[in-house]
Amino acid sequence: MGRILRSVKLGMKSLMLHKLRSGLTVLGIVFGVAAVIAMLAIAEGSRREAQARFQMLGATNVIYRSVKPSDEAQLSTGGRPARILNYGLKYEDFDRILATVPNIKKILPIREIRKQIRHDEHALDGRIVGTTKDYAEFNHLEIERGRFLSQHDDDDYKTYAVLGSDTAKKLFPYEDPLGQAVKLGSDYYTVIGVTKERASTAGIGGSLAAQDYNKDVYIPLSSCRVRFGERIMNFRSGSMEAEETQLSQITIQLTSTDVVSQTVPIIKGAVEPFHPKVDIDMTVPYDLIMEAERTARQYAIILGTIASISLLVGGIGIMNIMLATVTERTREIGIRRALGAKRGDITQQFLIETVVLSGVGGLLGVAIGVIIPYAIAQFVAETKAQVTWNSIILAFGISVAVGIIFGLYPANRAANMDPIEALRHE
Amino acid sequence: MSDIFSRKGDGAADRVVVRMTDLRKTYFMGHGSGGGLFGKRGGGEVLTVHALRGVSLEFREGEYVAIMGQSGSGKSTMLNLLGCLDRPTSGEYILGGYDVAQLDDDELSEVRSRSIGFIFQSYNLIQQYTVTENIQLPLTYQGNGIISEEAQERTMELARLVGLHDRLDHRPNQLSGGQQQRVAIARSLINDPYIILADEATGNLDSATSYEIMSMLGKLNDAGKTIIMVTHEPDIAEYAKRIIRMKDGVIVEDGPSPRMLVELDEENHAEVVA
Ligand SMILES: Nc1ncnc2c1ncn2[C@@H]1O[C@H](COP(=O)(O)OP(=O)(O)OP(=O)(O)O)[C@@H](O)[C@H]1O
Ligand SMILES: [Mg+2]
Repeated sequence: MGRILRSVKLGMKSLMLHKLRSGLTVLGIVFGVAAVIAMLAIAEGSRREAQARFQMLGATNVIYRSVKPSDEAQLSTGGRPARILNYGLKYEDFDRILATVPNIKKILPIREIRKQIRHDEHALDGRIVGTTKDYAEFNHLEIERGRFLSQHDDDDYKTYAVLGSDTAKKLFPYEDPLGQAVKLGSDYYTVIGVTKERASTAGIGGSLAAQDYNKDVYIPLSSCRVRFGERIMNFRSGSMEAEETQLSQITIQLTSTDVVSQTVPIIKGAVEPFHPKVDIDMTVPYDLIMEAERTARQYAIILGTIASISLLVGGIGIMNIMLATVTERTREIGIRRALGAKRGDITQQFLIETVVLSGVGGLLGVAIGVIIPYAIAQFVAETKAQVTWNSIILAFGISVAVGIIFGLYPANRAANMDPIEALRHE
Repeated sequence: MSDIFSRKGDGAADRVVVRMTDLRKTYFMGHGSGGGLFGKRGGGEVLTVHALRGVSLEFREGEYVAIMGQSGSGKSTMLNLLGCLDRPTSGEYILGGYDVAQLDDDELSEVRSRSIGFIFQSYNLIQQYTVTENIQLPLTYQGNGIISEEAQERTMELARLVGLHDRLDHRPNQLSGGQQQRVAIARSLINDPYIILADEATGNLDSATSYEIMSMLGKLNDAGKTIIMVTHEPDIAEYAKRIIRMKDGVIVEDGPSPRMLVELDEENHAEVVA
C-alpha cells in the first residue's frame, strides 16, 4: 500500500513534468465523465419527476373519468341535433364496482360542476366538487381551518361546504369564512372548513387534465346530487344544449400495487360493457409509473452510452500519449531496469501514471458533471436534474477502468524493452 | 569518517566475488529472414557478432580494475554481463555465489538491485526526481519499496560523502556534470553492492572533474569496495590497481597497473634501504 502511494506520488511528478500535455490528455476524460454524470442526472431527473407526478395520483389507484364522446361518435349513435347528451359514469357503475371487484380498499365518487361561487358581492368562477370524506386523503389535501366533509355530512344531505384556499381568499377577503354562507347555484351552504394551499397538478395526458385544487368548493355528494341534479344546461352558439352526467370520476384504491394488474381487467369487465360509446376513460397510475420507469431506463442507457463513447475517445487519447511517453522515456526505463526494476515494476509505474491521469480526469469530471446538470435545469425550462451516487461511482469507475485498459498496452511495451537497448537510447 | 570508508583490513580481501569461466557472448542479427521484397536470399542471412569469445576471469573483494581496449573490443559487453543486464551465450558467471546464467529476468533484476552499483558515462539520473530520490532509486525496487528511516540516514550520509548534502532537493538539470556523476556514485552505493561497475564514468567530464571523481572512487576502493571500470584513457586507468586489456572479445593482457608497480618498487627499495 505504502509502495503504491509512493508510486502515485512519483507518478504525479513525472506527469507534472509535462503539465500542458498531461492536462490536455486529461480533458478527454474530464468531459467524458462529466457528460456521463450530466446525462444520467437529466435522465434521472425526468424519471423522478414523472414518478412523483404519478405517485401523486396514487400507485394503488385506478381512475375512471367521464369523457364527452366525440361528435362523430354522437352522430353514429343517431343523436338528434338538439338533445340531451347523456354520457359518463353512473351511480350504477359505482355500485357494481363496489359489489363485484375484489381487492378494493376505498372507492371515491366525484361529481364536478363548473359554477359561479358567491358570497355577497364577491364571486368566483370555480369548481363545485361533490364527493365524500375520502377526497382529502386521495388528493393529498390538508385542512387549514375547520374540518373536511364527514360520512355524516353525506348521510344527512348536509349543506356544508369546504373551500379551497383561493376560493376562501376571494370570497372572504376580510372575514373568517368558517360558519359563513356561500351561494352555490341557488342554494346556500355553510362553510365548515378551508383547505391549505396545494400546488396544482400537471396534466398527464388522456382524461386527467391539470387540476387546480385551490379554486374548489367541496360539498357532500348526496347534497350535490339532490340540489344540482344530473342535467347541466349550456348555451352554445345560440342554441341550448343539455348534458346529463351522474359522476365525473370514480377513483378506486386497491389494497396494494401487487394486485393492480390483476384487478384492472376485472374492473373493466364490470364497467365497460355498459359503456359501448367511448364515454369513460381509465387511467392506471401504476402502469404509467412502470411505463415511465421503462422509458427512463432506455433514456438513461442511450444517453449513458453516448456519453461513454466520449470516455472511450478520452481513453484512446490517453493511450496515444502514454505510447509517446514510453518512447520518450525509453532511457529512463533502461536506468530503472539497470538499477533493479523488474518488468512488473515498470508495468506498474506506467499503469499508475495512466490511472492517475484518468483518475484525476475522473475527479474533475465528477466535479463538473455534478454542476452541469443543475445549471442546465436552471436555464432550460421543463428540465429537472438529479445527480445520483450511482452515476458518480459508475462514471468514475469507468474512467479508472479506461486508464487501466488503455494503459496496459503502453505499460507492457515499456516493461518488455531490453534494458541495454533502452540505456543506449538517446 | 563514515562507515563506508571504514571496512578495511577485515581479512576478507581474498574472497572471490566474481568468477567468469570461458564466457562467450554472440549477437545474432537476422537480416531479411522475414518475407518482403528482399527476403528471398536463401532463407536470409544471419550476421553473427562474437562480442566476447571465451573470457575467464576472477575478481576478489576489494579489487580495483580498469578494463581497456579499442572500440568494439567487447568492454561494454563484458560490463553488461558483469552487471547482470544480460546473460552470456555460453560459459559460467558466478556472482557472490549465484550462477547468473541460470537466473530468470526477475531474479536478475533482484541481483542488480541488491548486489550491483552502476555508474554510467552519461550519469543517467532521472530528470524529474530530486537528488535524494535519485540516490534512493535502487531501494524502491527492493522488498516493499518503502524507504526506511535507516535508509534515509544512509542517503544523507552518502550525499555528504559526495559533497551534495546541501543540494538534496535539486534536480539533475540544476547540477553540473560532475555533480550529477557524484549523485550517480552515491546512488551506486546506496544498496551496499558487491561490485561497482563504471562504464566510461569520466567520459563526459573535463580532466579536473575526472580526477575528482577518480579520487572519490579511489577512496571507496580504499574502504574495501570492489570497483570495475571501463575506460579509454590511460591516465584514468592508472587509478586502478589492475588493468585488463581486451581485443576482439578476448583478454590480451591482465596485470597490475603501473602505479602498483611503482609502489611495489618503492616498498622493495625501502626494504633494501632498511
Ligand atoms: N546489441 C548488439 N547487437 C549486435 N552487436 C552488438 C550489440 N552490442 C554490441 N555489439 C557488438 O559487439 C561488439 C563489442 O561491443 P561493445 O559495446 O562491447 O564494445 P566496446 O568495447 O564497449 O566499445 P566502445 O569502446 O566503443 O564502447 C561490437 O562489435 C559491437 O558492434
Ligand atoms: Mg562501450
